[in-house]
Amino acid sequence: MLHTFIALVDNKPGVLTRVASLFRRLNINIVSLTVGETEREDVSRMTIVCDAPENAAFRVRASLYKLETTRNVDEVGRSEAVVRELCLIKVSAGPNAPHGLQSRTQVFELSQVFRARVVDLAPDSVMLEMTGSASKIEGLIQVLRESGYEILEVSRTGRMAMRRGAHSNKVMKALGSKAHQTVFDGNEDPDALDPMDSLPNQFAEHET
Amino acid sequence: MENVKTQNTVMPHAPTLSGAEIVWATLGGEGVSTVFGYPGGAILPIYDALRKFPIHHVLVRHEQSAAHMADGYARASGEVGVCMATSGPGATNLVTGLATAMLDSIPLVAITGQVASKVLGSDAFQEVDITGITLPITKHNFLVTRAEDIATTVREAFQIARSGRPGPVLVDITKDAQQATAVFDFAMAKPRAYRPHPMLNVVSGDKNRALELITTSRKPIIFAGHGIIQSGAEQEVLAFAERHGIPVATTLLGLGAFPASHPLALGMMGMHGESWVNHAIQNADLLLAFGMRFDDRVTGNLAHYAPNAKKIHIEIDPSEINKNVKVDVALIGDLKQVLTSIEAATEVAKLDRTVTAAWREEIRSLKGGASVRDIINLPDNGHLYAAHVIHDIWQEAKAAGRLADTVIATDVGQHQMWEAQYFRHEDTRSLVTSGGLGTMGFALPAAIGAKMACPDKDVWVIVGDGGFQMTAAELSTIQQEKLHINIAIINNGFLGMVRQWQEAFYDKNYSNSPILSPNFVKLADAHGIPGTHVRERKDVVPTVTRARTGSETYLIDFVVEKEDGVYPMIAPGSALHEMVRRPTKDPLLETSEDQ
Repeated sequence: MLHTFIALVDNKPGVLTRVASLFRRLNINIVSLTVGETEREDVSRMTIVCDAPENAAFRVRASLYKLETTRNVDEVGRSEAVVRELCLIKVSAGPNAPHGLQSRTQVFELSQVFRARVVDLAPDSVMLEMTGSASKIEGLIQVLRESGYEILEVSRTGRMAMRRGAHSNKVMKALGSKAHQTVFDGNEDPDALDPMDSLPNQFAEHET
Repeated sequence: MENVKTQNTVMPHAPTLSGAEIVWATLGGEGVSTVFGYPGGAILPIYDALRKFPIHHVLVRHEQSAAHMADGYARASGEVGVCMATSGPGATNLVTGLATAMLDSIPLVAITGQVASKVLGSDAFQEVDITGITLPITKHNFLVTRAEDIATTVREAFQIARSGRPGPVLVDITKDAQQATAVFDFAMAKPRAYRPHPMLNVVSGDKNRALELITTSRKPIIFAGHGIIQSGAEQEVLAFAERHGIPVATTLLGLGAFPASHPLALGMMGMHGESWVNHAIQNADLLLAFGMRFDDRVTGNLAHYAPNAKKIHIEIDPSEINKNVKVDVALIGDLKQVLTSIEAATEVAKLDRTVTAAWREEIRSLKGGASVRDIINLPDNGHLYAAHVIHDIWQEAKAAGRLADTVIATDVGQHQMWEAQYFRHEDTRSLVTSGGLGTMGFALPAAIGAKMACPDKDVWVIVGDGGFQMTAAELSTIQQEKLHINIAIINNGFLGMVRQWQEAFYDKNYSNSPILSPNFVKLADAHGIPGTHVRERKDVVPTVTRARTGSETYLIDFVVEKEDGVYPMIAPGSALHEMVRRPTKDPLLETSEDQ
């Protein structure tokens, strides 16, 4: 399954290698990794999406924390966080394309439906910019393909995630979060771990 | 990999030193008295500055040995070991030693010279990206390019090496940083505050659950791991085991953490553990894992591992929880603190040691005469067996009342397992051995480090004929430092463990396991070290006494039975109770059922 981790790390040379090397050592494939500056000069923020068994999340978090350059690690589900991706798509459209000039008009319409923006217009191509969830971006690409457009180039940033602000339980529930019970309300056990720190109870079959 | 910016303000009277001088001044401030290393171009400024500082530098014969010596020093003393090498080949030669320390969580600081910062990345002479190379085999590493960053970085390296789960830290210092000057103020170069792993957490609910499991268990076992020694929790574990009446099995690196002669001590578990220990584990209803990581050499086949047991894991590294074995309760923290807090929550009046009495009796019956059976059953045909040698070294030290003052450094292979089986370790830090990485060539340099850490102790090197030849050049270092180390070579003419596996799993195709050795006594003689060959059992004890009571290093070449094996043995993929015993006339595959 896909896990999304947000890691706050020291803004220093070589930190990216340490994080990437960790996933390599754990033999976990990184689906996407974005790094950028944050509100603090000395901290970089990484959003790491990886494909790993459900029970691997605890160990990934624990291992990320073992890196001396890691300040904070958070694993977010889709419901508790806003997850976005930026994508640039260049499609073949213009007088020489199969549908001629009409093809451009269609691309404009499609982009409106998907709330993509046209950012470049060349004689033979149109470049679209789109921000959204990964599935939405994949939806646009799919529609373009099925409409007979030739996709010349696609560049995606990979996912960025940010936990939603402090909502009431009701809102969290409405957003479909399972974590709503433990995120805010006064817990019975003050020592209790965040649910994501609690131990997994499913295990892959061990090879013999 | 990390460029550190120092922003501390400095005392007005603080001296201005060269970067090289700052290295030594900082090491001195961290309490370092001995450094193991080898000079070279990119670290020459540091070696030049050494004369101004009261730190003893041990010149080694190969940088790998420098890392092993620092490792042995750390294991024997509990202090951070320090080794040093130049750039390029000097640094890459440290790699095996760093990996050895990493796998066994040994606090180590390695300082390497690096080419000048302006030519970094240009393939300059003797340039190698050592921070890149050592990334997965160090706890952390640094590249320092400015003199003013050296003090803080080295101090941070010590803090990282010794805190939490210890490990090796490498500091790579460019030559221009060594040559430049900076104001040095040790106190102001304090590293940032130690950040404990944020997932360290003992939840009161978990503690209560653990207590409940402990009090309701009828067949509990404590697993004593290396973490006990790292945490300094020997007394707490002893008190805990005695209070609850729980038998204690040890891992290889846990040997010495719990006294072997204690009535509750079982001995070593795992691949070459004693049969009753492994049977007991398979029959137990509760495992209390104290500072150990369920290594594959300990568990055997995981699918059949301790099938009836609940498991409580006390561990300082959260990433070890549920890594190999799923546990029922995990208490993540420093073992000593966790045990103390558990004991504080225990109502002693409610404890009933008698509930586990039947279990202790059951284990004792499994034990029978087995502890000496292997030695006794060896035919007395004039041949010498390694087990005899190790047993006699132990007996001799015990008879002389030196057991508490003996440190054994073993290499890797059959003799390592025999040592673990036949030398009864009573005291913490009395065994120095490479467990996780299994590094051959470790014993001799590690013993040198251990002897320098504990000059008043008797240090024995127990090493095979193969492993000894990997780092035999350090005999020269022994003479240079005028050390008294006792060297016992278990010489069977084979890479014994390889041969045993080839015998068991490769149809006795002894591919490259017979090994030619020089005359070790003559080799020692060439270094000015006396020695002798021993071929008969009766000569073992007198020679051992001669070595121990002498004033200089003594090498004994024990010519032992060539095709002897380590038993019991769990074949890879087998469960813990499916042990192969020493082949007799009727080879016996022992299981818990036929006990």
